[in-house]
Amino acid sequence: MIKDSYSSDSELIAGILNDSEDALRQLYKQHFPSILQFVLNNNGDEDDAKDIYQEAIIVLYDKIKAGSFELNSKLKTFIYSVCRRLWLKRLKLMSRSAGSVTDFQEFLPIEEDLERHEEKDAQLNLMEGALSKLGEPCKTIIEDYYLHNQSMQDIAEKFGYTNAENAKNQKYKCLMRLKKIFFQSNSKTEEVYVRRS
Amino acid sequence: MYGDLNLSNEIERYLKGEMTEAERKHFDSLREADADLDHKVVEQEQFMGKLRAVANRRTLKAQLNEFHAELNIEQISSEVKPKEAKVIQLFRKYTSNIAVAASVAILTIFGTLFVTNPGKQNSTYSALRRDMESIKRSQNALIRNINSTKSHSKMPSAPGTFGGTSFVLSSDGFLITNYHVINGADSIYIQNEKGDAFKVKTVYSDPVFDLAVLKIDDPTFKSFGSLPYTFKKSKSDLGEEVFTLGFPRDEMVYGKGYLSSATGFGGDTIAYQVSIPANPGNSGGPVVDSKGNVVGVISGKQTLTEGATFAVRSQSILKFINSIPQDSLKDKITVNKKNTLSGLPRTQQIKKLQDYVFMVKVYN
Repeated sequence: MIKDSYSSDSELIAGILNDSEDALRQLYKQHFPSILQFVLNNNGDEDDAKDIYQEAIIVLYDKIKAGSFELNSKLKTFIYSVCRRLWLKRLKLMSRSAGSVTDFQEFLPIEEDLERHEEKDAQLNLMEGALSKLGEPCKTIIEDYYLHNQSMQDIAEKFGYTNAENAKNQKYKCLMRLKKIFFQSNSKTEEVYVRRS
Repeated sequence: MYGDLNLSNEIERYLKGEMTEAERKHFDSLREADADLDHKVVEQEQFMGKLRAVANRRTLKAQLNEFHAELNIEQISSEVKPKEAKVIQLFRKYTSNIAVAASVAILTIFGTLFVTNPGKQNSTYSALRRDMESIKRSQNALIRNINSTKSHSKMPSAPGTFGGTSFVLSSDGFLITNYHVINGADSIYIQNEKGDAFKVKTVYSDPVFDLAVLKIDDPTFKSFGSLPYTFKKSKSDLGEEVFTLGFPRDEMVYGKGYLSSATGFGGDTIAYQVSIPANPGNSGGPVVDSKGNVVGVISGKQTLTEGATFAVRSQSILKFINSIPQDSLKDKITVNKKNTLSGLPRTQQIKKLQDYVFMVKVYN
């Protein structure tokens, strides 16, 4: 049995704000069963439940971290509302249902939060896409330096550069290339938005 | 001052806080003096922020997956599995009992029916949608093959499986018909007396009102122009003279009658009873009063009772249009408010009206 060390929603939120892994773990484990129940009862399987649940946790996590989460409702209700909306959207995509689901609890309108989340996701995907297009060894160098915060010295050794200066030179070229790819794809998506509206 | 590479390195050191106090002060003053440099710093800062966001998201996802792996999914899902499982278990257990009970029930029903065999049959409601299949077969020999002589490229070659009537709601391409006409449709086409044919799609339908809104989905369609009729907002009186146009056959048919009761089948307050000849295919046709106001939509009739046709009231139509959720519609349906039919003789009214009444062909 997992010991619940955070007894209220506000304590959980404070824990997450302090980067406590335990708080996040407890939050994750606490609410998964109700979402699994919701998805299983609405034409989904365990993997679907995992996907939308994790997305909802990310929405909540980002919202807490951004400091814009106000505890007007229970965390449970917020998570359920996000999952419900995400699941409806997915059902619509798969056209498995005419847009109605069996509900297990009350829910809130969370359109704005999801919009913000989708915007952020799009940006992240753009960067992920640019990184994957970058090719080796640039991708690893950039990830090691900027994402994993490794020192130039370690990177130089890992890639067999004679000194850190050479590695810096290489990293600079890689960064320029990444920027180019990123801003190109960024302007492309913006064009698409303009054309659509 | 710096080369590109060095500049970039310096900016990074500055942003990462790796500079000494003195270097930092120097760099700040450079930044203030050089707008171009300042711009580069801001850009680099934002870009690094984006990279950091990717890193954070990756860490978070890995963490969540780790938590997920710690869960005992099987146990949880067995606890929350849909309740149907239980029903099936119960069903299996009691199959034999159910079978005995069911056969007794069936025997009782048929026994009772046989003993008390009613001399008269109960009249029921029948929706007036036309089943094209039966007509097609009976008239097979008489059908002109329109497709070989004229090129109707827009329409599928086979005749529709069901037919009904529909009329224009607003000039920008919205039409109204009965829910039961388009229910279960794969594709829907409409055609009027002039031969204008369009593909349409269902925008919204409601089985309670038995109404559906169609929208023309055809690039060649522009506008219907201004409509000659309006929708009556108030209740109509008994004895009010009304007429309808519809497509019980492939030609438009005019029917005349009067409002005979204020409620529909079984006291249904959504509808009127109209004494008007109506046949399968009339469903969805407008019921128009002598002044040119639409007072209802033909929806069905009572079998075995002569002249009892039912029409959904115009107030119900307006209520139905207002109940359409905003997200089903791109733009609001605005119902016409100017009537140009009033005072005209009937033949002129029909002439003006007939371009706005369409035959609905439903394919499924």
